[in-house]
Amino acid sequence: MDKAKLLDLYYQMVLIRRLEERGAELYQAGKIGGFMHLYIGQEAVSTGLIAARQPQDRVITAYRDHGVAINCGIPANQVMAELMGKATGISQGRGGSMHMADVTRNFWGGHAIVGAHMPLAAGLALGDKYAGRDGVTICMFGEGATNIGYFHEALNLSKVWTLPVLWVCENNMYGMGTTVERASAVSEIQQKAEGYGMAHERVDGMDVLAIYEAAKKAIETVRSGSGPRMLEIMTYRFRGHSMGDPERYRKQEEVKKWEEHDPIGVFHAYLTGNKKATTKALEEIETRAKADVQKAVEFAEASPEPGLDTLFDHVYVEEV
Amino acid sequence: MARITMREAISQAMWEEMERDPNVFILGEEVGVWGGSYAVTKGFYDHFGGERVRDTPIAEAAIIGAAIGSAMTGLRPIAELMTINFAFSAMDHIVNQAAKLHYMFGGQFVLPLVIRAVGGGGRQLGATHSQTPDAIFAHFPGLKVISPGTPADAKGLLKAAIRSNDPVLFIENATMYQVRGEVPDGDYVVPIGKSTIQRPGKDVTIVTYSKGLEISMKAAEELAKDGIEAEIVDLRSLRPLDMGPVIESFKKTNRAVIVEEGWKSYGVGAEVSSRIYEQAFDYVDAPVVRVAQKEVPLPYNRTLEQSALPQPADVVAAVREVL
Repeated sequence: MDKAKLLDLYYQMVLIRRLEERGAELYQAGKIGGFMHLYIGQEAVSTGLIAARQPQDRVITAYRDHGVAINCGIPANQVMAELMGKATGISQGRGGSMHMADVTRNFWGGHAIVGAHMPLAAGLALGDKYAGRDGVTICMFGEGATNIGYFHEALNLSKVWTLPVLWVCENNMYGMGTTVERASAVSEIQQKAEGYGMAHERVDGMDVLAIYEAAKKAIETVRSGSGPRMLEIMTYRFRGHSMGDPERYRKQEEVKKWEEHDPIGVFHAYLTGNKKATTKALEEIETRAKADVQKAVEFAEASPEPGLDTLFDHVYVEEV
Repeated sequence: MARITMREAISQAMWEEMERDPNVFILGEEVGVWGGSYAVTKGFYDHFGGERVRDTPIAEAAIIGAAIGSAMTGLRPIAELMTINFAFSAMDHIVNQAAKLHYMFGGQFVLPLVIRAVGGGGRQLGATHSQTPDAIFAHFPGLKVISPGTPADAKGLLKAAIRSNDPVLFIENATMYQVRGEVPDGDYVVPIGKSTIQRPGKDVTIVTYSKGLEISMKAAEELAKDGIEAEIVDLRSLRPLDMGPVIESFKKTNRAVIVEEGWKSYGVGAEVSSRIYEQAFDYVDAPVVRVAQKEVPLPYNRTLEQSALPQPADVVAAVREVL
């Protein structure tokens, strides 16, 4: 990977982190409503993954979607505006934190019902296969989603129909407050791919380049027509499940231990240690990300509320 | 114009649309090699091939979910649920996904999707396989729900559904596949969301759809022997619901009976009668009466089952009550 791309990945990770930190403040201040699930700690996963895709590759994920939105190229302005429910938000204030998408950037959402987007992913891939396009659908989900029926129906169908899907499990070890061991018959999620005759691999989710390399290989293998595969990416969220999480299910020492492997810190050390970037250059990126977040907040604050006369827009495509 | 069965009309609509548009395809359990559990897609697999007539695993969430995903890419899937009773296994995808994705992302996703599902009782299939849960689905904004009562409407409405850019639930009734009627040849399209008068009359308005139409027609023949002329309005679409012809008829007759095969509580009749009171209160000469299924899971025993389902005699009695 060339230096410019490495620095861009660093920028994306920092931008997600700073945007969500501001988001948390705005949530506490009552400017963002509903449920909000922060990606802090997991930024390397979608950053590495999406860096490895081609423009024709679709991305679909669950409700922890701010980072994915940024990585897919949605400007921070539109992400922040959506969080604040403004007309300029990427979903015009209809979706909120959990429902961001941008069809023009091949980002197919942001889905809030656990696992329900997985059959949709199979359908997106079917669309490409049917039309003879070579796109790969990258479907992200948490380890908690692997216990619901949709996961199993979708994996089975994708294999039976040899669909071009890369299933990507983000294993952050907790489904809300329930550990993977308490919820899943096997705690090594990739074992579930075995049941569907799928190749699989476990990847360090704190190392953005490891994720990029694994994803690159997996995506191109899927593109070659060999059928679906699975990546299990081991990660950890530093914040609660959502903004209203008392975190009684884990000890602060555990969080601190993981924070020593902060994916941004890990990448920072790699970039400076391998002379890919100077500390000063990375500080400049940090400054730029903060400024972009500030601009996004100002943009969102200044944006209008959706008009009441638009309430019924998009219930149907056609007049009823 | 040819006299064909409801089954043939539905089949014809899909065949013609698949010939017309290569993006139209069928997926579902046993739709391909088997030819459809109710033989609606007989011959399709041999003609259109396995890519366009896709047999699926027994996995309703995957069927509807994959149909939604493929529709988002621009295909026009017709997903067949072997029976509407299996829709409950795909409820999230029908209600939380299909009905909401266009709205929730500010119009970015378009879902030109048809879900065909057959329902209805009267075949001794027991409680889990005999339901008429149409009203449940009609509850959700974002879905269109249609259910034809004649072969011509079956063909015309299904074609409209396939061409619609909104998700449409198309509900068939298994006891009506052999019903025959005149069906226009070729490209015959009936717009979604338009009620119609199936039988003109002046004494009472019967509002109904699907199987209820068959029951009401028989009742109207009985009533005609006594000189009572019932006007029958066929809703055809439950959402969007076109009350125009209902209100127009009611203003003439001042009396209404609503006939549906589903349960009475929270049903189609409840909705329609409420709208009659809201929109034509000054024209009410008698309380609106509803004829519907008795509030019981349908039993297997034939006599018990038939006693729980609405019959022409129930409609006749209801009409006499409002006159």
